[in-house]
Amino acid sequence: MSVSDHTAPDHTAPDHTVGPSPEHLAAAPKFENKSGRFVGQKVLRKEDARLVTGHGTYVDDVVLPGMLHAHFVRSDYPRARILSIDTSAALALDGVTAVFVGDDFAVPAGAMVPSVMQVIAAGAPTPPDLPIARGDVRYVGDPVAVIVARSRYIAEDAAELIVIDYEPLTPIVDYLTAAADGERGEFVHHELGTNIGATITIPVDDHLQGVIDGAAHRITATFEQHRHTNVPMETRGVVASWDRYAQQLTVHMSSQNPHEVRRRCAQILGLDETQVRAVQQDVGGGFGQKMFMMREEVAIVIVAHLLGRPVKWIEDRRENLVAANIARLERGTVTFALDADAHLLAAQMDHIEDYGAFGVGAAGAMACLLLTGPYKAQRSSWSTAALHTNTVGRAAYRGPWNFESVAREQMVDHVSRMIGIDPLEWRRRNVIKWPDLPYTNPMGMTYDIVTPSECLEQAAAMIDYDAFRVEQQRAHADQGRLLGIGIGLYVEPSATNMATFHTEGATVRVSTGGSVDVYLGTGSHGQSIETTMAQLVADELGVDIDIVTVHQGDTAQTPFGAGTGGSRTANIVGGAAVAAAQAVRAKVCQIAAHLLEANAADLDIDEGRIGVRGTPSRTISLADVARAAYDGPQALPVELDVALESTIRYRHPETTWSNACHICTVEIDKGTGAVKIVRYVVSEDCGKMINPNVVNGQVAGGVVQGIGAVLYEHLQYSPEGVPLTTTFMDYLLPTAAEVPDLEIGHIETPSNTAGGFKGMGEGGAIGAPPCVFNAVADALALVGATVFDQPLGPRQVLDALASVAG
Amino acid sequence: MNEEVTVSITVNGDRHRVRVEPRKTLADTLREDCVTTGVHLACEHGVCGACTVLLNGEAVRSCLMFAVQADGADIVTAEGLTNPDGSLGPVQEAFRACHGLQCGFCTPGFVVSVTAFLRDNPAPTDDELRDGLSGNLCRCTGYQGIIAAARAAAPHFAKDGAP
Repeated sequence: MSVSDHTAPDHTAPDHTVGPSPEHLAAAPKFENKSGRFVGQKVLRKEDARLVTGHGTYVDDVVLPGMLHAHFVRSDYPRARILSIDTSAALALDGVTAVFVGDDFAVPAGAMVPSVMQVIAAGAPTPPDLPIARGDVRYVGDPVAVIVARSRYIAEDAAELIVIDYEPLTPIVDYLTAAADGERGEFVHHELGTNIGATITIPVDDHLQGVIDGAAHRITATFEQHRHTNVPMETRGVVASWDRYAQQLTVHMSSQNPHEVRRRCAQILGLDETQVRAVQQDVGGGFGQKMFMMREEVAIVIVAHLLGRPVKWIEDRRENLVAANIARLERGTVTFALDADAHLLAAQMDHIEDYGAFGVGAAGAMACLLLTGPYKAQRSSWSTAALHTNTVGRAAYRGPWNFESVAREQMVDHVSRMIGIDPLEWRRRNVIKWPDLPYTNPMGMTYDIVTPSECLEQAAAMIDYDAFRVEQQRAHADQGRLLGIGIGLYVEPSATNMATFHTEGATVRVSTGGSVDVYLGTGSHGQSIETTMAQLVADELGVDIDIVTVHQGDTAQTPFGAGTGGSRTANIVGGAAVAAAQAVRAKVCQIAAHLLEANAADLDIDEGRIGVRGTPSRTISLADVARAAYDGPQALPVELDVALESTIRYRHPETTWSNACHICTVEIDKGTGAVKIVRYVVSEDCGKMINPNVVNGQVAGGVVQGIGAVLYEHLQYSPEGVPLTTTFMDYLLPTAAEVPDLEIGHIETPSNTAGGFKGMGEGGAIGAPPCVFNAVADALALVGATVFDQPLGPRQVLDALASVAG
Repeated sequence: MNEEVTVSITVNGDRHRVRVEPRKTLADTLREDCVTTGVHLACEHGVCGACTVLLNGEAVRSCLMFAVQADGADIVTAEGLTNPDGSLGPVQEAFRACHGLQCGFCTPGFVVSVTAFLRDNPAPTDDELRDGLSGNLCRCTGYQGIIAAARAAAPHFAKDGAP
């Protein structure tokens, strides 16, 4: 990986601040990382020693005394009535403890809805609260029975002995016709009386139609992003135990969000939150799939509560590909109105997404609000609908609303071809530039500090765009080769500042020996939080990072957190960690001032030594302060606060706006339809970087997920609603052989928030899909072929070539 | 089929005699009976490589073998690839130095695969390296740090094929 570092251009600061009120900003804590000894450095990870030696503790490594093992019997039908379930033979099998069916599960209405959705989508229709099927099945993989046995092997033996009598019904498979199916009385969820899970149409804008009608160019196209899925390498899993005498539930779960697990379990079981402890240690990826509890996890918790015994369920890969909620199947019809110079006047999109049977969180509204992305436009309008089908539900996936970028960026290339200008030139004419900031898009979203123009130019320079265009033409003219180049440019609301996501907490505590414990409400599943948050605290306290230990993932230890996802950690958790460290630093200095007979305001902490600024000869250590506070407090004045710890609940002042530009080049094999990525460059701006290694790693991971999405990954159903891609031999992930060395450039433009950070966990997966798509489309355009839908596997590419053959 | 049999295996130098059903996979046996939980299961059908171990020196997928097939074998897992003093072995150190992991779930399998690959081919071309590691899946890193780690570890194998 090559990194070309780049400083921010010499911008004039914007005239005024927008977004949060000036009062709110003034009230928000302001931080300055004084030493920068660790922040901004490529610090190696604290997590790694245990993980590279196989000593991590993932949920399947949790073994409790008396633990039983669960297995789900799942529906083979996409839609059917359950006429009978005979569990007697299974129950008779030696080693089987119990079998549970739908009637055994009672959940209070709405209790399975994630906490944040209960706020931001209050009153919206949600799928019924069914941990497993009751009365009917609604997708292939719908759990119908839970077998609990001495071992997973025995539980799976018992599954063969359960006899279920189904009456198959015609499934609702196609989301584009699901609304009409509902009008004919055919429902995925009869409880809802409609197949429309959510629909939003903003009021008709009379001016918009006028702008479109009067435009020099009016172009409409429809794009589809296909169904694919998150695929964390560690599947879902849970170990739940209920101590009926202590009246305590303990839930070990592979999760992004332990405090949400605690809240859900309490609400579902009717327990007080104080009776529930959720724990996660190492988690093998999530990418959104583990942000909120899904049905099987709820079922296992209920089963453990009913049995009073520890119960473990570890999802197998087939279950994960069939029944774990998935990412993205959606379509948008986009209209761009341009003036004669190709400036974007108005953009409009009608969006529809497949919500599956038990989807959690439709993405359409955000996708539509961000449709105009990094470009200036006067008007925008949209509609969106999420449709239930008899397929597995939709989950969040890294950049859940990335369809705004998919639709817009593919549309930009389409319109550029239609009107005959280069897509880089189109973007240069329309992109928001620094003097335009703060910029409020036509949907009312204000970008305060973004650099899409700078990233566009850095990426174009890195890949030598003009030289590629020359080479592309020569290779085609001389050798008939199909090379292509594609751009994906976006702005991204990161660390969104809504409802439950607004705050995070941190506790920082100096130990009796002078080392530092940090307690965070996070659910790290690969984000390097134990390292990056230690960097922040170490710099703020002026100590070595080796004496700072970050603890997270246990609700019994840590402040409430809203989950690791949504590119929120650096900003919001970082804000909490720094604020708590600052508070502890102040207490340390007060005690040290007494010991040194100096003024606290004159003290500095550097490399763990506390002394009067400018007098390096007379210092004491943090351990000396800890000893005074813990072991000799009688010698300290009574008014001195001897609690060397602080818990801060940090209020995130504003959603930050990250941005990046992806450009890649590809070559199409005309014989096989295979696409080879030749080069891939990213220019990104996530504000101040805490750890460039981590930033580059997050970008690379997201990019390769995006490459996989367009070229390899396709979660397919038959027209009858049967999943066809149920193993890694059918559902293809990119391997080391398919991806090039990525080239990543950075522009660091600090945000207005604490530390100047912006979120950056998701962006790679937002920019990559349209970038790769556009490169393939650009190559195909050499021979006049067009594509509008993802994926672009060999079959789709060959079909496109065949359509213009002869 | 469910009648337990005795299997003798050596795992990271420790001899184990375990009673297992003939149908029990080597991966499950290593995890449950030999406490080498660094053997991870991410597909259980031989594609992802997370369960890769060295069996008599050869990299194998322990999810595709039964424990009884490994009777008498010498097995090394990622836990066994540290230096004798317990510090990180050269491949493990390279993964750490090159940010070759994020969530870490695929990592033990990669560490074993890279070890076996570099032992057989300590000076691979880029294509050979990528092809050689294409039997292990990672969802976090985009393979950037993993390829860098393998390149960084290669010199340790150059002399006699063993680090």
